[in-house]
Amino acid sequence: MEAEFLLPDVDDPDGAEFWRGTARGELLVQACASCGRWRFPPRPMCPSCRSLDVTWERTSGRGTIWSYVVPHPPLLPAYAHLAPYNVIVVALDEDPTIRMVSNLVTGPDGAINEIEPATIEIGTPVEVVFTQLDGVTLPHWIQS
Amino acid sequence: MVSVPLRDRTAVVGIGQTEFGKGLADSELTLACRAISAAIDDAGLSPAEVDGLASFNWEEGREVEVARNVGLGDITFFSQVGYGGGAGCAVVGQAAMAVATGQCDVAVAWRARKRAAKASRPWAQARRVVAGHWQWSRPWGMVRPVDEVAMLARRHMHEFGSTRDHLANVALAFRKHANRNPAATMHDRTLTRDEYMEARWISEPLCLFDNCLETDGALAVVVTSAERARDLRQTPAYVHAFAQSIPRQHQVMTNYHNDDPLLGPSWTCAELLWNQASVRPDDVDVAQLYDAFSPLIPLSLEGYGFCARGDGGAFTEDGGLEWPDGRLPTNTSGGGMSEAYVHGFNLVLEGVRQIRGTSTSQVDDAAVSLVTSGEGVPTSAVLFTKEAT
Repeated sequence: MEAEFLLPDVDDPDGAEFWRGTARGELLVQACASCGRWRFPPRPMCPSCRSLDVTWERTSGRGTIWSYVVPHPPLLPAYAHLAPYNVIVVALDEDPTIRMVSNLVTGPDGAINEIEPATIEIGTPVEVVFTQLDGVTLPHWIQS
Repeated sequence: MVSVPLRDRTAVVGIGQTEFGKGLADSELTLACRAISAAIDDAGLSPAEVDGLASFNWEEGREVEVARNVGLGDITFFSQVGYGGGAGCAVVGQAAMAVATGQCDVAVAWRARKRAAKASRPWAQARRVVAGHWQWSRPWGMVRPVDEVAMLARRHMHEFGSTRDHLANVALAFRKHANRNPAATMHDRTLTRDEYMEARWISEPLCLFDNCLETDGALAVVVTSAERARDLRQTPAYVHAFAQSIPRQHQVMTNYHNDDPLLGPSWTCAELLWNQASVRPDDVDVAQLYDAFSPLIPLSLEGYGFCARGDGGAFTEDGGLEWPDGRLPTNTSGGGMSEAYVHGFNLVLEGVRQIRGTSTSQVDDAAVSLVTSGEGVPTSAVLFTKEAT
């Protein structure tokens, strides 16, 4: 396999709006247009009221680290090349049950392996930054 | 008294398996045929008597292929269960339900798998543009099941104080059991705490020995009615209780998006299981808990009610999982981590052997034997008993 990163499907009908948001520098969360419940990952129906009507709400882009791991090989080549790197789960400030998988970086252009893993702590406040990767704008997080 | 239609109505009466290895020459279909054939022989039945099949939906050898190779009879029940490692007890339980409801008389459940080759591992075959819910995790480098479980393990350590020593307790206990089992992949390989602590990382906080093996092999069981079981040659392992579960708002493996991700599928599966059973966790003599990764053991101990929430790590202390004197001798054939990883189906056969009294780490007078399937995915569990109540 070529040393390529895995990419999200930015044309996925449920998730496309999220990626349009990141391209503008906004972290959006899907919300039910009927009852207002937030949900992530994006999907068609609200599990609270079964509405299919969705809206997207811009978040503050702030959260805390809920957990983290540090992958080592064997990995797909693109990721093995960067290992060890961190993967974090961030709980959003507005709704801590909305949790996103991402990476802790030093800035928008920071690599996912720049932070010393031993310095990462659960509960650390973080804020979103946006990183270009092969035509997709991925949210990453920096310590706030 | 509440009527439980499935309780003790059926039993596992035959078990069969192939050797375990890496790079076995046989196809998955051939391995399946070998294991199923051995299980039918073990039961003392003829292939033409088999009229029900339950299998994993990832199975390469489909029902029609198995049936016409092994020479099975007219099949009147067949079902498949998804989600990989969650399906092991489910196919046994669905076979039992089919027999108990008269849809078939003799059912076979099995798993055949060739995964020892690195290229055959599912995560190594990822497509570049990721579909489904995985697209919300894999692009950030969370590409393997071990990374997904390590995330929960780290959180458990943070919330409840579980430690790498606890995970080492799991790995060392199962290795000791494998060292007593000549069929186990790790029969000849001991493991020390120092070796565990110095092993290379796979996904911190998990190291090499927190992972299951990668195995080629197949295993099968034969299920029939309790009445018929009493006339057959083997000691019946009665299917005392059975449960499956997809908890509300569950997401497969990356189950980080519900209210409390550390309350995994074990919790809801256990609720139905114990409601179906006439026994309690304290009555369980021996357990086979799904162990694709060591942190699943503390999570399962909590979910199935062997200890309080958060105490799954502490439960492993002082040899808690070890045969013969532990609080709950667990994975007595070596489990997925040290016997073989065949999507947890080897755990089912070991659960039956404990009831028969034929384990290489036999618990004295084992009468209640629990087997569980994958924690972190839609799951299942079965309780085998020696006596029908």
